Amino acid sequence: MTALLEVKGLHAAYGETKVLHGLDFAVQQGGVTALLGANGAGKTTTLRALCGMVGTQGEINLGGKRIEAMATEDIIRLGVAHVPDGRGTFMELTVEENMRLGAYTRPAREATADFEKMFGYFPRLKERYRQQAGTLSGGEQQMLAISRALLLRPRLLLLDEPSFGLAPLIVREIFDIMRRIRDEEGVSILLVEQNASLALAFAEDAYLLETGRIVISGKASDISKDEGIRRSYLGY
Amino acid sequence: MEGFIHQIISGIATGGIYASVALALVMIYQATHHVNFAQGEMATFSTYIALTLINFGLPYWVAFVGSFAISFVVGVIIERLLMRPVANAPVLTSVGVFVGLLLIVNSVTGWFFDYTIKQFPSPFPDKSLFGGFVSGHELGSTAVTLVVLLSVYLFFRHTRLGLAMRAAAFNPVSSRLVGVRVGWMLALGWGLAAAIGSVAGCMVAPVVFLDPNMMSGILLYAFAGALLGGIDSPLGAVLGGFMVGVIENLGGAYVVGTELKLTLALVIIISVLTLKPSGLMGRKVYSRV
Repeated sequence: MTALLEVKGLHAAYGETKVLHGLDFAVQQGGVTALLGANGAGKTTTLRALCGMVGTQGEINLGGKRIEAMATEDIIRLGVAHVPDGRGTFMELTVEENMRLGAYTRPAREATADFEKMFGYFPRLKERYRQQAGTLSGGEQQMLAISRALLLRPRLLLLDEPSFGLAPLIVREIFDIMRRIRDEEGVSILLVEQNASLALAFAEDAYLLETGRIVISGKASDISKDEGIRRSYLGY
Repeated sequence: MEGFIHQIISGIATGGIYASVALALVMIYQATHHVNFAQGEMATFSTYIALTLINFGLPYWVAFVGSFAISFVVGVIIERLLMRPVANAPVLTSVGVFVGLLLIVNSVTGWFFDYTIKQFPSPFPDKSLFGGFVSGHELGSTAVTLVVLLSVYLFFRHTRLGLAMRAAAFNPVSSRLVGVRVGWMLALGWGLAAAIGSVAGCMVAPVVFLDPNMMSGILLYAFAGALLGGIDSPLGAVLGGFMVGVIENLGGAYVVGTELKLTLALVIIISVLTLKPSGLMGRKVYSRV
């Protein structure tokens, strides 16, 4: 297996406040990698750093190309899709317009064919197609956010807490569909989650973040079996 | 009764001018949350460009389109050069830049084209239609305004670029995450607003004559229209502009007299801000305290 994304010595800061202190990690081609940690550990910041949304230092390698100095719009065009913290819905626009924006960087005709595929994953979006996105439920907005990201035809999908604020039943539905997406789209996924058991069951590799540093890394299956780690860091 | 109907019709005609300028204001407001005080002066400058092109011997409509295109480019350049560096600056800085822009454009216009009042031609026949109810220019300028407003609407509704521009105004962060070049969308918005202003300028100049301060009163009416309709609603701004045109004309004819017409704009502004700050079609803004 080769790494699609390789990160070396990544630092990030919001103005004066340093949040990440030299992370090294990788996302394997076609694999799912989980980034775990408590509130404030720097998980969301890590995803933002990958997309050039915060000031960073260090090296970010995407498929052999250095992207750390690039603008967000250009990183996206290299095939990095980001489902952000808070889902990033265009509330004032319709579901259709949200999806069209997802496919903004691609030829319109090609994208329209992909809409059907998205309705296959998330039939609910088809029912809500003409509706204003701000009126969707949290789960539906999450589905819309994932569709918007997939319509970019990404190589790397960054998911920020897809389970946040959703009922357990919806969370399970979304994770089931994400397994299908991983298998059918051949996209590599970097998943940030507070719900560690959920994330470890989905991912192959995992990193544990604590106050801006990686404290544990390894196979997801090994980490979930390690009682010590589970009790002291993951709390279940 | 006939006079009354005539007042309404010519109110609609001037209302179209206010509606265009109000739309330009709202477009910038949606993207930047500031009112571009220089919008009127920019439109005046565009009108002088049209007049210069006409004096070069170009046919009216070629000059009209030329002024539209040049205004678009000037708008883009102003955003890139002047507004970009203060995009994240505090409110007072932005207001300062807008006021500065107003003074600069006004002075440059006067310096370039001098301060004397000039005549500006109308492309429409100079005669009364429908038994004196409406002049050729009123009818023609209203039609031009409506065509422009409709085209702008269709552009924003039905094109990719229009969608991207709306998205960039509503939610710049998410827009970048789908690959929209937000900075350029703002610049295009400025360009489009300036171009719409040039149409308004060319349509109003035959009526009020052209001088460097031509649009300063009109900007006030347009601002009143934008507020009345809702400063963040393009459709509201257009309706508000037309309403202000009619209110101004009727009020001027029957209530306050022509000398005090401009006061009506201020009365509308103050009434809307105190009674219904979100306007007729604007969104209410809530903030956590």
